[in-house]
Amino acid sequence: MSEDPDIRNSAKAAPDVLGQPEVPSSRLIATLGMAGALAGLLLVFVFQWAQPRILAYQAEVLRQAIQEVLAGPARYETLFLVNGSLTNQLPPGVDSLDLERVYLGYDDSGEPVGFAIAGAEPGFQDIIRLLFGYDPDTGRILGMKVLENKETPGLGDKIEKDSVFVGRFEGVLVPLLGVKSGRVTGNEHEVVMITGATISSRTVIEIINNQIEHWGSLLNGFAGEPAQ
Amino acid sequence: MGELFWILVSAMLVNNFTLALFLGLCPFMGVSAKVSTAIRMGAANIFVMVITSLVASFLNAYVLTAAPYLRIISFIVVIASLVQIVEMTIKKISPALFRELGIYLPLITTNCAILGLAVFQTNRGYDSVQGLFFAIGAGLGLTLALVLMASIRERTELADVPAIAKGMGMVLILAGSLSLAFMGFAGLFTS
Amino acid sequence: MRATTPRYDLLRGVWEENPVLVQLLGLCPALAVTNTVANSIAMGLATFFVLFGSSLLVSTFKRFIPHEVRISAYILIIATFVTIADLVLAAVVPTIHKALGAFIALIVVNCMILGRQEAFASKRPVGRALLDAAGTGVGFIIALLMMGAFREILGYGSFLGFPLFGGSYEPWIIMILPPGGFFTLGFILLGFGWWRGRKSQPRVRQWPHGVGAVTSTRRAA
Repeated sequence: MSEDPDIRNSAKAAPDVLGQPEVPSSRLIATLGMAGALAGLLLVFVFQWAQPRILAYQAEVLRQAIQEVLAGPARYETLFLVNGSLTNQLPPGVDSLDLERVYLGYDDSGEPVGFAIAGAEPGFQDIIRLLFGYDPDTGRILGMKVLENKETPGLGDKIEKDSVFVGRFEGVLVPLLGVKSGRVTGNEHEVVMITGATISSRTVIEIINNQIEHWGSLLNGFAGEPAQ
Repeated sequence: MGELFWILVSAMLVNNFTLALFLGLCPFMGVSAKVSTAIRMGAANIFVMVITSLVASFLNAYVLTAAPYLRIISFIVVIASLVQIVEMTIKKISPALFRELGIYLPLITTNCAILGLAVFQTNRGYDSVQGLFFAIGAGLGLTLALVLMASIRERTELADVPAIAKGMGMVLILAGSLSLAFMGFAGLFTS
Repeated sequence: MRATTPRYDLLRGVWEENPVLVQLLGLCPALAVTNTVANSIAMGLATFFVLFGSSLLVSTFKRFIPHEVRISAYILIIATFVTIADLVLAAVVPTIHKALGAFIALIVVNCMILGRQEAFASKRPVGRALLDAAGTGVGFIIALLMMGAFREILGYGSFLGFPLFGGSYEPWIIMILPPGGFFTLGFILLGFGWWRGRKSQPRVRQWPHGVGAVTSTRRAA
């Protein structure tokens, strides 16, 4: 490290703060620049060690969520929205992070089970993010899992923690209709909302309805097709 | 358009940066009991926040995709430089204001609200326009909290407060009450 | 500079000059992540790591850091350690990393860390700087633990996830929400103020005719 002896000398030659000779700006910038470079180098190493673990964890979380909402598919495939149609091939040069996607699950015999779709919208407190399973053949929801929420603990966060509420989404026909308990008519589109947390419940329902509307007929094309 | 409006109002009221997200507490606790100083502090913060937000969007989009682990370092460097520039500008334009703000100006660098803004914006994946509205809302919310606290403290300075409560204990309880009040803004938008 | 014993340097940050409870630094994380004991401990340890590492580097290289750019250099060092802590937490305990969220990054602007570098680590030998960092870090953890315990016990009825009170306990949800953070710290500080007030003893001034009068209260040394 070539400039350290110079800095060491100039610092030793200088008395404390007052009366210190002017340190040239080039030295200042060089010191900071070198410190920055060393810091960057150290971080690269730590990053290399950490990144595989972080990615593995994220993939596992996604896999578990898909398992839950599609009722245990044997495997799943990611389909990206490219140029208005769904494909499992990433075109060259395109960063997958920018693309919208859905996940298609298959059972043991290779038959498609349904789509797992993510959605997010502002709820009562902050944004609610969830994943839900959908079978376009029957038009029914297969399952729902809230991934992130900051709703009121004990009330709104029941959308994530209350297994009764979560279970209500299985087998419901789209488009979903939220009803308060006590107003149930038996309509197959109905989902009973949580008492005292209607806004959070309604947000969940609307996320699902909006996503289904958003993907629309794109989903129908894939249902029933054998695995590629 | 509705979404941008939600972002702004949410950052300002529903998830107020100071009273709900606990950012920007140093100026909040330390600001003198003068409403005028609070407003000026708030304005300086809004300005730094808006520019930080724009630079952060730029960095996120173009530079940091290759090296995401440099995010914290680059953000803090940007903020520190911005504050230096703001300081020099205010010194030139209005020396009186510079004297009045005193130590609080360089402290904007360590104001968790500025870095917090950049980090939240990144985590939520806002683009530059969304980030801009987020920054404006956050800055307004911060200013609102500062002004409210300053005006309350203006009153309590003259009130008969028990000795043990004088000081930070009371300020925090006041802050808690404000935070409680702001919780009422939740559910402001029902779709 | 006043000569201090190593023991004093170590213990000062723990109680007498506790960074959160006395100096009121680092309030942002202290209020934001103390809604459970687990989060408090994680944040405390992460901050301890950053403080310790930064003090180590700053004290070791203090001769090489020019005075004019010292703050920038400290911030650079601190930011590096924070990034390391962030990456390690994300890789090893992802659920806690998610719970702490943006506040890991905000350790960088924790005035406590920068303050220790400026006031102590840049002026003292490495050993003393490490003692000071350790003491301050432990003080920070203790303060966070106090708040976390208070809020989790009242707000969830549990400690470290273990339920304490049984099914009939109606938790004070407010304690784990933002106002609860403010109230908790406020009450702790009020408690301190009361305790300090008790420690002070009245000093009696003797008037010439032997009449005593209380003229001042001064803290017992």
